[in-house]
Amino acid sequence: MLRKLLTAAAIVAIAAFSAGGAFAEGMTIRIATEGAYPPFNGKDAAGNLVGFDVDIANALCAEMKDQCTIVAQDWDGIIPGLVANKYDAIIASMSITDERKQSVDFTDPYYSNYLRVMAKTGSGITSIDDLAGKSVGAERSTVASQWAEDNLGRSSDVKLYDTQTAAYSDLTSGRLDAMISDIYPAYDWLQSNPGYEFVADKIDINDKIAIAVRKGDDKLREAFNAAIKAIRDDGTYAKINAKYFPFDIF
Amino acid sequence: MFEIAKSYLKLKIAMSDGVCAGLDPITPHLFASQCTRFIDGFIVTLELLVFSSLIGFAVAVLIVMARVSGRPLLSIPAQAYTYVFRGTPLLVQLWILYYGLGSLGEAGLGPLWPFFKEGWWVGLLTLVLNTSAYVAEILRGGIENLPRGQVEAAEACGMGWWLRMRRIIFPQALRIAWPAYGNEIILLLKGSALVSTVTVLDLMGQTRTIFARSYNLSIFLYGAILYLVMAGAITLILRFVEHRMAIPRVARKAAADPATAPTR
Amino acid sequence: MPQNVWSLLAFGDTGWGDELLAGASITVQLAIVSLACGLILGLILAFGRLSHWRALRWLTDVYIIFIRGTPEFLVLLLVFFGLDQVVHMAATGLGFQSGFEIPKFAAAVAGLSLIFGAYASEVFRGAYLAVPPGQIEAAMACGMSSSQVFRRIRLPQMWRFAIPGLTNLWMVLLKDTSLAAVIALDELLRQAKVASEATREPLLFYVSAGVLYLVLTGISDIVRHRLERSAQRGFAR
Repeated sequence: MLRKLLTAAAIVAIAAFSAGGAFAEGMTIRIATEGAYPPFNGKDAAGNLVGFDVDIANALCAEMKDQCTIVAQDWDGIIPGLVANKYDAIIASMSITDERKQSVDFTDPYYSNYLRVMAKTGSGITSIDDLAGKSVGAERSTVASQWAEDNLGRSSDVKLYDTQTAAYSDLTSGRLDAMISDIYPAYDWLQSNPGYEFVADKIDINDKIAIAVRKGDDKLREAFNAAIKAIRDDGTYAKINAKYFPFDIF
Repeated sequence: MFEIAKSYLKLKIAMSDGVCAGLDPITPHLFASQCTRFIDGFIVTLELLVFSSLIGFAVAVLIVMARVSGRPLLSIPAQAYTYVFRGTPLLVQLWILYYGLGSLGEAGLGPLWPFFKEGWWVGLLTLVLNTSAYVAEILRGGIENLPRGQVEAAEACGMGWWLRMRRIIFPQALRIAWPAYGNEIILLLKGSALVSTVTVLDLMGQTRTIFARSYNLSIFLYGAILYLVMAGAITLILRFVEHRMAIPRVARKAAADPATAPTR
Repeated sequence: MPQNVWSLLAFGDTGWGDELLAGASITVQLAIVSLACGLILGLILAFGRLSHWRALRWLTDVYIIFIRGTPEFLVLLLVFFGLDQVVHMAATGLGFQSGFEIPKFAAAVAGLSLIFGAYASEVFRGAYLAVPPGQIEAAMACGMSSSQVFRRIRLPQMWRFAIPGLTNLWMVLLKDTSLAAVIALDELLRQAKVASEATREPLLFYVSAGVLYLVLTGISDIVRHRLERSAQRGFAR
C-alpha cells in the first residue's frame, strides 16, 4: 500500500515538473536543433552543438534574459518531439510551410532560404530547363525535394535520398547530373568541393526560416519575435551573420 | 524494342490510373489522393519481385549444381558464395554494390557504369545474388532429402549425372523443397523494400515519400496493406502450384500412412 | 586513393576502427535485448494461438499474418514514428503534458521484438504440439496436475523441438539489426555509413562492416551447433 502511494506521488511530482509552464522571464527555455546541418547546426570535434542556429538561439535568449538549453534531435522526429513537450522551441533552420503550420506555430522569420542547383563545373547546365532529361537528386522530406517533385517530376529523373550526405555521394560519383538543395548548406559543401558549382538562377520559393513553437504558445512566440527584431536592430544579428556568410541572409 | 518499352510504360500508367479510378470511391481520402503514387510503387515492387525471383532461381540452380557436383573446384566457391550472402544483411550487400561500387564512377567501371548508375539495376542485382544463395541452400536440402533408392535406381539404369539431375533428382527436389521455396519468395518480397534506400521508388519508397509530406501514420498502414495484398496473392499462387505438383499416389499414401511419406 | 587507406580502419582519433567496433557492440546488444523481449512475446502469442477463446486466437492470428506479410523495414519505421505518437496520446489522455523521451534503441528493440515474437510464436506452437501426446496422457494418468505436466514433460521437450527454429530466427534477427541504420541508431552499419561519407571510402567501410557481420554470424553458427547437439542428447535420430 505504501509502495503504491509512493509511486503515485512520484508520478504526480514528475507530471508537475514536466508540465509545460507558461513562458516568463528568468525561465529556462528548452530548444531543439538537429546538429546535422552545417553551417547552421552541427557538432564540433568535441561533440558540442555549434552553428548559426545555435548562435542565434543564444543571442535571442540573452535578449529575452532567459536561460537556454539546446539539445540535438533527429530531423524526422523534431516536430513530434515539440508537440510531445520534449522541448519548447525548434531553432533548426526549419522552413515555414502550410503543412507544418497544422502541427506548430511559427515566429517571424530569422533568415530566408533559396533553393539552388549544384552540378559539376563545366556541366553546361545554365537554367532550370536544362535539367530536363537529367538525373536530379534531393533529400527526401525537404522543401527542395518537394519543389523538385512538383516542378521536375515529369521532365527529369528525380531521385530522393534518406540523407543530404548520401545525395552528395551520388553527386560526386557521377550518378546525379545535378542536385537541388537549400542554398546555405550547399554553399558550405561547395567550399570544400571545388569541382562543383552553383548553376542556374536561384529558385525563390518564398521560403522563410523561423522558430517553431507549440500551437497556442503565443507568449513564447511574441517574446521570440520581439527578440528577433531587437537583435536585428542592434547589430547582434549582423555580427553572427558575418561569422558564417559574406552576404546578408535575412 | 524501343517501341515495346514505350508501350509497356504506357500500359503501366494506364493500369495505375485504372486501378485508382476503381478504388477512388471506396477508399479514404488520404489514400485516394495519393493512390497513383502507391500503385506506381506497387508495380515497381512487382517488377522487381518477378525478375529477381526468376533470375535468382536460375542462378540458384547453377550454384546448387556446383555445390553437389562432388568436385571441390566447383563446390567450394559455391559454398563460399552461399556462406557470404546468407551471413551478411541484405542492406549491407545493397550499400556495398550501390555506394561502394558506385564510388568507382565512370572511370572505374567503364561500360558497366550505365548499369551501376541506376538504383533499380543495382537493387535487382543485389536481390538476385541474395535470393540465389538462399534458394540454392533450399534446393540442396531438397536434393539431399530425396529417397536414395530412386537415385540408385537411376544410376543402375545407366543414366549419366546430367540426365539423373534433369529427370529424377531435380524435379522431385523442387517438389520437396517447394514450401521452403515459397517462404523464400515472400522473404524476397519483404527484402525488396530495402531498395527504397537507394533511390528506387518502389512501394516502400513511395510510402516513405508520401509520409514525409504529411507525417500521417496511416500512410504506413496503407503501404502495409498493399504489401499484404501482394503477399497473399503470391501465397495463393504458390499453393496452387504446390497442389498441381503433388503426385496423387504419393500424396494419398502420405495422408493415409505418415510413416511411408518421403522424409524431409 | 589515399596512400594508406587501411589506416582509416585504425583505432583512436584518426581511424574509424574503434567506431565500427562500437557499432558492432551496439548491434549485439540490440539483438540480445530484442531476443529476450521477442521470446517472451513469442510465448505469449503462442498461448494466444493455442487458447480456447476464439477471439484471442483470431487476434493473435491477425497480428501474425500482418507481421509475416509486411516488410520488416516498414514495421520498424511504423514503430519508430508511431511509438512517439502513441506515448504522447497516452500521456495527454492521462492528463500529463509528458516530456517522455523514447530513445532510438528502445524503438528499434520494440520493432525487432514485435517481428521476432510473431515468428517465434509459430516455433513455440509447433514445439508444443510436437510433444508426443502419449506422454501427456501417461503423465496425467500418473496423477500429475496440468502445471506439473507442463513443467516436467512439455517444457523440457519443447526446448528440444524449438531450438532449430529459434536459432534460425536469431540469425535473421542479427541481420535485421542493420535496418536500424536507417533510423540513425549508431549500430554497425550506421557507423560504416558515417565513416564512408566522412572519408569518401564507401567500399572499404561497407565491406568491413560486412566482414564484421560475417564474424558475428559465424560465432552464432558455432553456438547454434553446440546448442542443437546438446538438445539432441540422448535421443535416437
